[in-house]
Amino acid sequence: MAPFPLTLSKPLLYVVLLILGFGFGFALETSGFNYAPNLAAQFYFKDTRVLKVMFTAIIVAMVLVFLAVETFVLDYSLIWVPPTYLWPGILGGLIMGVGFIIGGYCPGTSMVAAVTGKIDGIFFVLGGIAGCITFSETERFFHYFYNDSYYGRLTLMDVFHLPIGVVVLLVLFMAFFMFWISEKLEQRFGGKDPAQESRLRYAVALVILLAGVGVLLIGDPTPERGWAHIAPQKQPLLENRSVYIHPGEVLKYIDDDTVAVELIDVRDDAAYNLFHLYWAKHVPLARIDTIVPTLAKNPYADSTLVVVMSNDETLATEAWKHLVGGNVPNVYIMDGGLNHWLEVFGEEDGLEPLPGPFADEELHFRIPQAKGDGFAASQPWWHHYKDVLQFTPKVKLQRKKAPTGGGCG
Amino acid sequence: MKGEQAHREARGWFNRPTKPYTYPYWGGILLGIVLFLAFLIPGTGLGASGALAAVGAFIVDIIAPGHVDRTPILAHLAGGHKNPFSSWLIPLVIGMIIGGFVSGVIGGRAKWETTRGPRISDKTRWVLAFVGGFIFVYGARMARGCTSGQALTGGAVLSAGSWAIMMAIFAGAYALAYFLRNVWN
Repeated sequence: MAPFPLTLSKPLLYVVLLILGFGFGFALETSGFNYAPNLAAQFYFKDTRVLKVMFTAIIVAMVLVFLAVETFVLDYSLIWVPPTYLWPGILGGLIMGVGFIIGGYCPGTSMVAAVTGKIDGIFFVLGGIAGCITFSETERFFHYFYNDSYYGRLTLMDVFHLPIGVVVLLVLFMAFFMFWISEKLEQRFGGKDPAQESRLRYAVALVILLAGVGVLLIGDPTPERGWAHIAPQKQPLLENRSVYIHPGEVLKYIDDDTVAVELIDVRDDAAYNLFHLYWAKHVPLARIDTIVPTLAKNPYADSTLVVVMSNDETLATEAWKHLVGGNVPNVYIMDGGLNHWLEVFGEEDGLEPLPGPFADEELHFRIPQAKGDGFAASQPWWHHYKDVLQFTPKVKLQRKKAPTGGGCG
Repeated sequence: MKGEQAHREARGWFNRPTKPYTYPYWGGILLGIVLFLAFLIPGTGLGASGALAAVGAFIVDIIAPGHVDRTPILAHLAGGHKNPFSSWLIPLVIGMIIGGFVSGVIGGRAKWETTRGPRISDKTRWVLAFVGGFIFVYGARMARGCTSGQALTGGAVLSAGSWAIMMAIFAGAYALAYFLRNVWN
């Protein structure tokens, strides 16, 4: 698993945040954000440092974050991505823009301004606290609007169905274009001398662009690449069979109300229609990657057991690698597959065992009629079996690191 | 003139020559690296307006604790025995204030003054700053984050909603800029 972000406990976490905050405040002050006319000048095209500093920071952080994500250094599912509430966000943004041009600061910059002695910064902070309290008191009048148009963790990659590298490059091109326009506008409206600009900025832009191309070339952290990355650590789990669980253990967890079970049947349509478990979700192996994001983001992953199954173990093991490579916690494979399941629970249906030898992933029983989940063995009752079945329990539900709550709202 | 000189010297380290602000792109790179580290190490990104929300909730909690418990947004911050300052944002913002102060002192830019356009008085500027702060943070609460928590943080990790908010902030400010041109120019 990706080593970052770190799970830090309280005193150390606070020290780290204090240091990061120091860098944040230092960067804001040294960029001139504690001087309101500098900020307001953006909106008259006289000095566009607001846009330059903000977008430089965004593209630098973006390129570094996604390089780290794609090389499995940083786990994207564990970092704070502000959830999308579209319309309250847009209306709130417009209101913020109005406050920005009237007040000349934003919350962060006003605090830095206040601490460097700008009296107007102090007034902005006081106004901000009053605005906060007022919001809390008036939210009840638009409570539904405030919680409406919720899309959860929605990224630009999801919206445009593009790989990370493409979105990153598009953002870079947009940023460079805006920098170019801004410099032209500054020369026109702010009377800036183009000779004063640093030549070095072209070199830096080139480095950032090359890093963006790197993001494109490395490619998304797909489950397949994820598996290749963690195979050395996880392959032993397959070899010592600690992730192959007995059908009896699967049934035990199905009966256990404190644990949610996701049973994923990865066989093809024909095999699934012939016979499957009542609780199974049908996801053929070819489409297994489509369910990885949902399972990886499941907020109840701590108490969710994921079991993949096929007639034998080959297809299920392949699916297991995708899920594990895609960072889904608590994934197990049905030991011996559905053949084993039918051996254990098939008695009541009186299914006729077929003579061997069998090819891999071939069913060992004759199913006279494709009844899907209409067999007794499709939903056996745990209490019939709990005293007679012998198996070694292997499931250990792992706690997944939860993303640290970010966001200033 | 001489007295004023002595007075300025008495102010010790606030008497440094005023250095110009850093070249914007270099400042942006510094900010970008800090932002990246805020994702890499704690995974949180940056934020600011939430600290003002904590202060607001703290004030209301002193005056009317029962009211805090009955108001969903405030209860979330300071309901029951919850300390509004237990948020991860508080150490971050304390660090931010220190960092801003240190940078200001080093650059000789930490001094008592009112920053404003040339055509308005200090008092007008104070009123506008208060009103602007009120409006801005009201909007920041509605959008669940400000220029730091949404535009910077969400922008860098490509959150769709944060990009919409960022565009809206610029749109709102540009839309009104013409009418306030005498305030700033």
